[in-house]
Amino acid sequence: MTISKKGRFASAGVAAVALIASMITGVGSAHAAYNCDPFAGYKGIKGKTVTIFTSILDPELSTMKAAWADFTSCTGVNIKIEGSNQFEALLPVRVKGGNAPDLALIPQPGLLAAMVKTGKVKTAPAGVVANVNKYYSASWKNLGSVGGKFYAAPLGSNMKSLVWYSPKQFAKNGYTVPTTWDGMLALADKMAANNQTAFCGGIGSGGATGWPATDWLEEVVVRMYGQQTYNDWISHKVKFSDPKIIAAMQKVADWMQNPKYVGDVKAIASTSFQDAGQTIAAGGCNMLQQASFYGSQLPAGTNISPTGDVFAFYLPTINASVTTPVEGGGEFTTAFSSRPEVQAVQAYLSSATYATSRVNLDHWVSANSGVPLAAYKDPIDRLSAKYLADPKSTFVFDASDAMPAAVGAGKEWTEFTAWFAEGKAIKDVAAAIDAAWPKA
Amino acid sequence: MNNFLSTAGPKFAQVFIAVFGFLAILAVVFWIAGRANGRKVKPVANIVFLGPAALLLILGLIVPAFQTIFFSFKGEDSSKWVGFSNYKWIFTDPDMRRVLVNTLLWIGVVPIFTTLLGLLLAVFMDRMKRESLPKSLLFMPMAISFVGASIIWRFVYNYSNRYQPQVGLLSAVVKTVGGHPQNWLLDKPLNTFLLMIIFVWVQTGFAMVILSAAIKAVPADIVEASALDGAHGFRLFRFITFPAVRSTFIVVLATQVVGALKIFDVVRTMTGGNFGTNVLANEMYSQIFVQFNQGKGAALAIVLFLLVIPVLLFNMRNLRLERSER
Repeated sequence: MTISKKGRFASAGVAAVALIASMITGVGSAHAAYNCDPFAGYKGIKGKTVTIFTSILDPELSTMKAAWADFTSCTGVNIKIEGSNQFEALLPVRVKGGNAPDLALIPQPGLLAAMVKTGKVKTAPAGVVANVNKYYSASWKNLGSVGGKFYAAPLGSNMKSLVWYSPKQFAKNGYTVPTTWDGMLALADKMAANNQTAFCGGIGSGGATGWPATDWLEEVVVRMYGQQTYNDWISHKVKFSDPKIIAAMQKVADWMQNPKYVGDVKAIASTSFQDAGQTIAAGGCNMLQQASFYGSQLPAGTNISPTGDVFAFYLPTINASVTTPVEGGGEFTTAFSSRPEVQAVQAYLSSATYATSRVNLDHWVSANSGVPLAAYKDPIDRLSAKYLADPKSTFVFDASDAMPAAVGAGKEWTEFTAWFAEGKAIKDVAAAIDAAWPKA
Repeated sequence: MNNFLSTAGPKFAQVFIAVFGFLAILAVVFWIAGRANGRKVKPVANIVFLGPAALLLILGLIVPAFQTIFFSFKGEDSSKWVGFSNYKWIFTDPDMRRVLVNTLLWIGVVPIFTTLLGLLLAVFMDRMKRESLPKSLLFMPMAISFVGASIIWRFVYNYSNRYQPQVGLLSAVVKTVGGHPQNWLLDKPLNTFLLMIIFVWVQTGFAMVILSAAIKAVPADIVEASALDGAHGFRLFRFITFPAVRSTFIVVLATQVVGALKIFDVVRTMTGGNFGTNVLANEMYSQIFVQFNQGKGAALAIVLFLLVIPVLLFNMRNLRLERSER
C-alpha cells in the first residue's frame, strides 16, 4: 500500500518536474533526474503513444508505471496502460471488434494461442527475440511461441515448486534441506523414525477443493517426463490412464498418501490448504508443498527467511534429464501492432533493464536472468527467481488451468478429493477423469 | 478511502437518477390513466395496473424460463443442439445418481424434522409462563445466513490431523463418553445428515414462530369447551389444536420442502459437494459458473424446477380448499 502510493507520487512528481523543466530549458536537459544512457538505442519514438491492456490492477499497476517512468521520460514515448479484472473476457472481444490494444499482457498460454489464431498477433521483433534468447530459458520461449513461431516475451512470473519448512526446526533436529526427490523421502523416513510428521497436507478450498492435489501431480509429471509430455497431457494426447500418468499418480500416492509421512491421509481432504502449514514453525509437521504465495497465509509476525521460523526450498528433481523443472505462472507481452514505438516498448519490457527496475521497487519476480539476484529484497522472491531464471529451467504452467474446465475445474478436483478422502483406486480416478474430457 | 469517495459519488448519482426516473415514469403513466374517461376507463386501468407487472413477469420469469429450457437441450456453450444428452447424463451418471439421492433425502428428511420440531416447541412454549426469552433464543439462528451457520458448525464437526490439536466440539463430546475423535464430514452417508442438522437448526425457529402464532389464534372458547368435555394433554392437541393449525402446518412444511430442494449454501460451505454430499443446486452452480457448461447447468435447473412444481400445486390446492371452506 505504502509502496504503491510512493510510486504514484513519484511518477506524478517526475511528470511535473519533467514538464516544468522542458518548458524552461527545452528538451535536452529535461531528464537530469534520470540516467538516460540505457535508453540511447530507443530513438524516434518521442511523442508517440503505446496502449497496453492487462489483468494487473492497482496497486501493482502503479508500481509498473513507476518502473518505466525513466524510460518514458527519457525517450518521450507515452505508455497508456489499462487494467481490467475482466481481461480474459474483454481481450477477445476487443480483438474481434478491431479495437485491439497495441500490447496485451496475457497470463495464459491458452489465451495467447487463441489470440494468435485470430491472425492479429504480430511475431516478436528482432529486439525482443535477442532479449529472450539472451535472458530466458528455452522453455519460456516455447511458452511464448505458437505453432513454432515466437510471439510473446515473458514479463512477470511466479513459482509453485516450493516446499515450506522451518529452518529453526531443521537446525534443532539436525535435518538438512534435500536436493533430490529420494533425498527428500529419505529425510521424511528419518522424521518418521523420530516420531514426527514429515509432510503437512491440506487440499480443502471450498468449492475448489482438490486443486492442491492437482498441483502435486503436475509437479511430479513435469519432474518425471519434462515439458513435451506435460504439454501432451494438457492436450489429452497423453491420457490420465496412460501408464506414464498412472506412474506419476503412484509417485504422488507414495509421497502424500503415505500414512508414515502425513499421518491421517483422509484428513488431508478435510483440511483447508490455508490451515495445512500453520504448525510448521512450531514443529507440528515439517514440510508443505505449496506455491510462493503461501507466505501470506502464515500468521502475522512469522519470520520468513533462510534462518527464520519458516522458509522454503525448491521441490527437488526426480529425473536428471529434466533440468530444473519449475511449475508456475506468468504474463506474456503480446503485440497486436508492429509500429516502431510499439516494438520499442515491447523490446524494453523484455530487457533486463526494465525487469531490474521493477524488482527494485516492490515484490515481483522475473524469469529474466539479467536481473541480479541481489536486487530481490524478499528472500522468497530471490529463491523463486533463482530457479525461474535458471537458463536450463524447464518451466510449465498449471496444467489443470489449461485443461478444459469440465476436467481442470471439475472432475480432476472432485476425483482427486475422492482419491484422498475415500482411497479411490488410481486407475478408477484416472478413468473417471478421462471420461469427463469433453468430446471435440 | 479516497477511492471509495471517488466511486461512491457517481454511484449515488446513478441511484438518484434511477429512483427519480422511475417516479417520473409512474407520474406519466398515472397522468395518462387519469385523462382516460368514459368507456376507455376500464381497459386503460387494466393496462396501467397489470401492464408493468406483466411486462416484468415476462422479462424476468417467462423469457428466462424458456431460454433455460432451450439451453438444456444444447451443448456447453449453447452453440449446438445435443438432444436429451444432458438429461441422460443427469439420470445415468453414477455421481449424478448420488446427487439425486441426496436431494431426495434432503426433501424427505429435513422438512419433517423442522416442522415437527417447530410444532413441538410451539406447543410447549404455549404453556410456558415466560415464553418470549426462549422463543427469541430459538428464533435467533434464523437471523444467521446459511453460510454463517455453516462456518459455526464447521467448528462443531472439525477434525484435525495428528500434528494439530483437535478443536471439534462433536469430537470432544464423543471423547467424554469414551469414543474417539472422528473425521465426521468424510463419513458417508452420515455426513449428509450432519449437514441437514445445520438446516434444521436454522429453520426450526421459523417453523416454531409461525406455528406458535397459529396456536395462539385458536379460539379460547373452543379450547375451554373441549376441556369441559374432558379433553386434556395429547387428546386436546390431537382433536382440537392440530386440526386448527393444520393448514399453517402444511404451509410451513411446503416452505421447508422448497427450501430443502434448493439447498446450496450449507453444502457449498461445508464440503463443496465432496465426500458424497453433493446436491442438485450445488452441482448446477458448479456446472454453470465453475465448469462453464451452460447445457448441463440448464438441464439441472429444469429438473429442480420440475421437482418444485408438485409442491406448488399442492400448496395452491390447499389454499383453494381453505377458501371454499370459509
